[in-house]
Amino acid sequence: MKDQRLETRVDTQTIKIEARKAQVYYGTNHAIIDVDVDIMDKTVTAFIGPSGCGKSTFLRCLNRMNDTIPSCRVEGSITLEGENIYDPRVDPVQLRARIGMVFQKPNPFPKSIYDNVAYGPKIHGLTRNKAELDEVVETCLRKAALWNEVKDRLQSPGTGLSGGQQQRLCIARAIATSPEVLLMDEPCSALDPIATAQVEELIDELRSQFSVVIVTHSMQQAARVSQRTAFFHLGYLVEFGETGQIFTNPKDPRTESYISGRIG
Amino acid sequence: MTARPLNPRAALDTRESLLVQDPRTKARNATEKRFRAYGLTAIVVALLALVWLLVSIFGNGLPAFRQTFMTFPVTLDAALLDKGGKRDPADLAKATTFTYGKVLATSLGAEVTAKGIDLGAVQPKDLIKMISEESPATLRNLVLADPSLIGTTIDFTVLASGRIDGYYKGRVTMESAALDKNISPDQLALADRLKTAGVLGMKFNAGFLTMPDASDKRPEAAGLGVAIVGSLYMMFVVLILALPIGVATSVYLEEFAPQNKFTDLIEVNIANLAAVPSIVYGILGLAIFINFAGLPQSAPIVGGLVLTLMTLPRIIIPTRAALKAVPPSIRDAALGVGASRLQTITHHVLPLAMPGILTGTIIGLAQALGETAPLLLIGMVAFVRDFPGAPPDGLFDPAAALPVQIYNWTQRGDPGFVERASGAIIVLLVFLIAMNAVAIYFRRKFERRW
Repeated sequence: MKDQRLETRVDTQTIKIEARKAQVYYGTNHAIIDVDVDIMDKTVTAFIGPSGCGKSTFLRCLNRMNDTIPSCRVEGSITLEGENIYDPRVDPVQLRARIGMVFQKPNPFPKSIYDNVAYGPKIHGLTRNKAELDEVVETCLRKAALWNEVKDRLQSPGTGLSGGQQQRLCIARAIATSPEVLLMDEPCSALDPIATAQVEELIDELRSQFSVVIVTHSMQQAARVSQRTAFFHLGYLVEFGETGQIFTNPKDPRTESYISGRIG
Repeated sequence: MTARPLNPRAALDTRESLLVQDPRTKARNATEKRFRAYGLTAIVVALLALVWLLVSIFGNGLPAFRQTFMTFPVTLDAALLDKGGKRDPADLAKATTFTYGKVLATSLGAEVTAKGIDLGAVQPKDLIKMISEESPATLRNLVLADPSLIGTTIDFTVLASGRIDGYYKGRVTMESAALDKNISPDQLALADRLKTAGVLGMKFNAGFLTMPDASDKRPEAAGLGVAIVGSLYMMFVVLILALPIGVATSVYLEEFAPQNKFTDLIEVNIANLAAVPSIVYGILGLAIFINFAGLPQSAPIVGGLVLTLMTLPRIIIPTRAALKAVPPSIRDAALGVGASRLQTITHHVLPLAMPGILTGTIIGLAQALGETAPLLLIGMVAFVRDFPGAPPDGLFDPAAALPVQIYNWTQRGDPGFVERASGAIIVLLVFLIAMNAVAIYFRRKFERRW
């Protein structure tokens, strides 16, 4: 299975997100240093690296979630389809509708399953009537492989689901606004192996429509789901390339140490 | 080689049977037992104090809800009440409460004769002393409102005088009556005979809740009506001002305000304001709302504004705590799907914080309801007999307030007011319990798990 995945090639060369000389500071702490990354369309890109290496920080820069942290400052350029997302004219609210996010801990709203998924389309005015909204909710729940489990209890609270179901609900919620890029911050770290497998399968399916960026601590997971992998260490992007090449033939000795378990 | 034991004591091999407690364990267990005993003692003492308080208040106050009344036919003699005979309102008004008192006394005398009750040593003219001084006024108002009653005989219920009421509540005895110029033992004996004949009796006293305050000599007629209306008006003002201002302040400080020295200063000040003695707010209200803004004294609007100032920090502090307690993951989730900051707050954060906000608000309101000191300073301690009008204009009319009314009644000379004051405390407690029940209801209703 591993070999088969490693053979998967990137199908497209369209660049979705391009980061050049990206710097992130938390106050005086320089957390991300000179990161250049190209996120391809319809590709799963994995960010790996030891804890505190800045991969989550960088991920949160891609949809400006770091704006909520007052001391955080981003420099350099990060563009979505050629437009700088840190341009003062950019409203982060609009940006986040195009770049969805799934968090480490499943965090459904304490509302019904239906309302969880319908919330995004509602606030962005993506549907004209209830029937369309129903359709969007069903489509998203189907894409998130959750429909069959919850179709009879759409009005029951989303927080009553199991952890894996909650995380898939969060994925359904994130794709309901039809984003172009889906950011996932360690989406499986709070899940058991079976739920993890389901989510991974889901990520692979989502790749046909979205560009997915996933932060993970599990190198096996990165190898299983991603086509491209970026290895972060101490705020630097050490190596970035095809997943197969990173895991079988890393160019940088630090990458080799990390994937062979010597640092981390 | 044997490893050295980590603990030198272990080397002594003092280990004993598990079935026997060693001295250290014994000492520790004894400490724990003592601590628990202290705690239990404290709770028992507190409970006893509470029981004592309740027994004393209810024992003194419950009689205020029952009152001695006399019911008898009253002949409204046209010759006395309408000398002109034209039912002209100006003419009718010339008949004073003194005249109506005579009408009542005559009618009571007639009833006594008709029922064959022995007057004993009571002079017919002294019968009026058995009737509350309030009753002639009540009868007069009734007749002025409906002049067609003149010339007819109506069944009329009057309040018995405070001493007779006190006699049936155990406050007045034959011995004390002998020394009292307001009542004589003969009158009490007559009251007993009237009671047997069914003219006089005790029943539920709705007037305690609906009637205005009465003068020092008429405890039997004193009611909480104006005080309840005044307190409700003030609570209304506090609610519509303090809740939105408090919540808006909290949301701004918690969600939008930058963290800097200035906001720190505001935070410290809000925390300190909550601890400022309430009488200070009274002086502030007197200076700003009455002396500077020229609002009327004794008005619920001023009371409401002063109590709003006092309540604001007490709403802001729990509201901020409730906002802080909303998990950041919910904010992330909402921001992550592209909600704006305000949408995140109104759609997700505020609903989750609502139980805490409502609890804080209602407890703040309850404190405001029971607050006396600032109201004394803005003139709410005045003797007010006229009900304030309907809001919003009524907010500017003079009114009393429940806690001030209690304070007022405890200052009065007539022993009848002791029972009134305790009865008013019961009413205040009922209001507070009702508000807390509402707080608990809202907390349950809005509580959600996440």
